[in-house]
Amino acid sequence: MLAPVQERTAKAWTRPALIDCDLHNELHGDVLALLPYLPARWREHVETFGVRPPAGGFYPRFMDHRADARPPSGRRAGSDVAFTRSQYLDPYHVAYGILIPLSPAGGQQNLELSAALATACNDWQVAEWLDREPRLRASMVIPFEAPDLAVAEIRRRASDNRFVQVQFSGRPQEPMGRRKYWPIYAACEEYGLKVMSHAFGSYGQPITGAGWPSFYLEEHVGPAQAMQANIISLVAEGVFDRFPALKIVSVENGFGWLPSLMWRVDGAWRLLHTEAPHLTRPPSEYIREHVYLTTQPMEEPDRPRFFLDLLDQFGDMTDHLLFASDYPHWDADHPDEAFPIHLPPQLQRKLYFDNAAALYGLRGRSEPAE
Amino acid sequence: MTRYVVAEAGEIPPGGRKIVELEGRSIGVFHIDGDYVALLNRCPHQAGPLCTGKLWGALEATTPGDYRTSRPGEIIACPWHGWEFDLRTGRSWCEPQRLRVRAYAVRIEPGSAVHDAEDATAPQPGLVPGPYVAETYPASREGRYVVVDLGRRPAATRSPVSPASGTAPA
Repeated sequence: MLAPVQERTAKAWTRPALIDCDLHNELHGDVLALLPYLPARWREHVETFGVRPPAGGFYPRFMDHRADARPPSGRRAGSDVAFTRSQYLDPYHVAYGILIPLSPAGGQQNLELSAALATACNDWQVAEWLDREPRLRASMVIPFEAPDLAVAEIRRRASDNRFVQVQFSGRPQEPMGRRKYWPIYAACEEYGLKVMSHAFGSYGQPITGAGWPSFYLEEHVGPAQAMQANIISLVAEGVFDRFPALKIVSVENGFGWLPSLMWRVDGAWRLLHTEAPHLTRPPSEYIREHVYLTTQPMEEPDRPRFFLDLLDQFGDMTDHLLFASDYPHWDADHPDEAFPIHLPPQLQRKLYFDNAAALYGLRGRSEPAE
Repeated sequence: MTRYVVAEAGEIPPGGRKIVELEGRSIGVFHIDGDYVALLNRCPHQAGPLCTGKLWGALEATTPGDYRTSRPGEIIACPWHGWEFDLRTGRSWCEPQRLRVRAYAVRIEPGSAVHDAEDATAPQPGLVPGPYVAETYPASREGRYVVVDLGRRPAATRSPVSPASGTAPA
């Protein structure tokens, strides 16, 4: 018999209220939770045939969620808005949470089913999350491998500004800059939606550039590889010239690797710009304008002070780093323990609140609560 | 430092645990096959409730493919991120020399000591009945009690054994 975990109660906050850019809402009972939101045609299909996402997006692990994040109801961690509120939003001084549902919706091999599930998942987010908690914003699930259907879903939701971005998996079928996805980017630019790619999840691509590894440990450190390829692809294909207002948000892929990637790709551009003459500026300039990255999992140097050296490499781009916890997943960062070193107050305000507030157009104040 | 009665002997079964609060600190008291140990219920990583985590054994491999299990139930994994600690020493499994959680000595003591401490006419300096005991059952001279000593580390931490190598560190 275990004692109940003690919840944090009111305290004098020394850090700003935060905007959490990676807060997971989970489907209790997985895809079955979406049945009430599906039209009869697709409900019967799911009940009869089930679902079939592409294989390989998931490695088994020792625990999916923080062990104490299961609600008292016994439902899956992250599946109960009331418990998310009482265990996370309230005690940790969260001003806004950006929901990211990781579900079979949007990523099905059957593209029409994928679209139907995406619509159902967004209806579920509205009914069971957004309508019940005003601090929440959501990532729109779209069938990103069927851009025409994805655009239809974007247009359907465009008037609900609680959806702040669309969601891509970590490894779509093709690098994210490819022409296939442009209609999605055009729609996102039109409606001011950001394009977010969350680590993991695969439409058939391995987690590493070298193929499928054996261990979850390898998968766990692998997502940066796909995100680097996606960022380079978005630049190289000229996406940011075509859609100059487009913003890309990289979630749970780390961020410490970005400065050296920009050095490398700028060097290549100077040598090879005749191959891609449409790139009128160094790639790093596009990246600095258009790419945002979340903090979790935090890169933690052996010597904590090196963390500030790392942030120095970002220069003005520290305006593009966004705090994220990944609650309630097992590798979530505790908001008050996440950074390996105490941040200067101005930087702390930016990372916890101001950067995300500016990106997503969220209002409020970042000062510590009274 | 002060010693606290936290349970009646036999209350915590082998493999069991009890979370108590002593001097404002949450502490997990564990029973391992006749031995008792106590750890601070706060993971040094990100302050997770370490002592509510899963107990499992030591799993070692000197070379890939050569696996050895030992000490079932003596390694605790934090419920937040899975950082592992040796129950007997509080030392972390991956970096035992660098990182540890505070461990406290625990002994089974006869009820006469506890009883005397509660009896104003026969005070015994340094032994204070824990609030649990005081509220739940009166200490009897015949009983035996689990006593946590906040001022002492367990004996195992004074001659540490490195889990990685199985040998005493330099």
